[in-house]
Amino acid sequence: MNKPEEILTVRNLAKHYGAACPACVNGLSTPDGSNICPNCSTVHAVRDVSMTLHRGEILGIIGESGSGKSTLLKMMVFDEPASRGEILYHDAGTAVNTLLLNAAQKRNLRNQNYGIVYQNPQLGLNFRVSAGGNIAERLLMKGTRDFDYIRQRSGSLLARAEVPVQRMDELPSNFSGGMQQRVQIAKALATNPDILFLDEVTTGLDLSVQAKILDLILELQQSLGIAMVVVTHDLGVVRLLASRTFVMKQGEVIEAGLTDQVLEDPQHAYTQQLVSSSL
Amino acid sequence: MIQLDAIRPKNATDLALLEVRKLRKFFYLHEREKKIQAFVDLSFSVNHGELLAITGPSGIGKSSILNCIYRSYLSDGGEIWYHHNGTRIDLLQCSDHEMVWLRQGEIGYVTQFLHCLPRKSALSVVAFPLLQMGVSVAQAEAKAAEMLNKFNLPEHLWDVSPHTFSGGEKQRVNLARGFVCEPKLLLVDEPTASLDPVTRDIVVNNIIELKGRGTTVVGVFHDPEIVERIADREFKLVSNAHGGALLTR
Repeated sequence: MNKPEEILTVRNLAKHYGAACPACVNGLSTPDGSNICPNCSTVHAVRDVSMTLHRGEILGIIGESGSGKSTLLKMMVFDEPASRGEILYHDAGTAVNTLLLNAAQKRNLRNQNYGIVYQNPQLGLNFRVSAGGNIAERLLMKGTRDFDYIRQRSGSLLARAEVPVQRMDELPSNFSGGMQQRVQIAKALATNPDILFLDEVTTGLDLSVQAKILDLILELQQSLGIAMVVVTHDLGVVRLLASRTFVMKQGEVIEAGLTDQVLEDPQHAYTQQLVSSSL
Repeated sequence: MIQLDAIRPKNATDLALLEVRKLRKFFYLHEREKKIQAFVDLSFSVNHGELLAITGPSGIGKSSILNCIYRSYLSDGGEIWYHHNGTRIDLLQCSDHEMVWLRQGEIGYVTQFLHCLPRKSALSVVAFPLLQMGVSVAQAEAKAAEMLNKFNLPEHLWDVSPHTFSGGEKQRVNLARGFVCEPKLLLVDEPTASLDPVTRDIVVNNIIELKGRGTTVVGVFHDPEIVERIADREFKLVSNAHGGALLTR
């Protein structure tokens, strides 16, 4: 058994929308737990979140709409700048604060070491180029120029994600929602990333398609050992995928633990409510 | 290897694998503003290679003890020392990551009901823990088949999802999955409930065999006959309020 090794460390990460007055700029605490500053009306979307992701593990982040879970993920992948805090990426014994990298370095890290699958395929895929072309894009960005290799790699990734290879030259708009998610997953895997970020990947898909996508994700984690951060409002998804789960509410992590513990012995009032409301 | 507490236990002998001290568990139901006590000040220890049976009436907290050891429940006080290669680790205090690691091969848990991924065949359900430990698919499936055979699950059911199975069949898949990676410590919750006498004997024999290969077992049992037959010691819970009394056999 290998020594568990950190790959991503998030420390006191915060995101606020608004000017933030002196009273709330270093953290907000309101009597009712609200994430809006009573002084300046700044919205604190993510408040002092810290977490550690180990190589090969799947970490779940659950919470209702507006809890800040997607904003947290967006900061991790540089879709949103953070207001405060740090995100360390560990590579070969050294740790870099990714938030301090320049734009080119961020792009490199994102393209080569991260894979991202969005709820909305429009965000993750380029709809003007074919499914295969989407994968090729990522390989080209990495500097691969061997056309035969790119074509072959795109085909094998699509096959792996169970997209019929004979359809690799079709535009994503020809595909069903479930199929578009598979193309996104294939695209995310193109550069053999260390971390896969999944934002509500099964939301809005019908149950049998959801199940197949989750199977695929689990199979990939098992065979490739990729670490994953899974953001979802669906308790079933974390139950299936995640070994550890963080629960967010109004920008804060209110509870974190082993997934079965969070679901079977929830401590926080909100988590108890969440668990008892699930079907 | 993960970092374990390097201090040797002061008064425990080298024999102990698990020491539970003054364990307490409450459930606080926020919605009802109600505190429910599972148990307080439970203490017992389990030696290497031993089988400890936890007995007592329904609802007294037997399964909760197993859940606390496995950290499916968070304990509210006390210590659970797990001894490992000359060091020990408190299962109440260790990190979630350490607990995940311990659950892969060190500590196994067969709960009363089978929870598994939908659409997975019985064979792959049983092979899953081995895959997580890094065993190859072929080896894991071979071992899983061997296990299902041992628990006498008809071969034509191996490629079917356990969700379609009867209670007794599910339970055998559940046990096969728990036994397959031969953990150092196995927690079992009523492994013989809802089984016919023949299958019950098969399960009991498998427990004896696993124990013979060095696995320490802590199990919740109802059947006094089985306790008599396989337990080295019995921990009998007599009252919710005062914990239990340890009966040495």
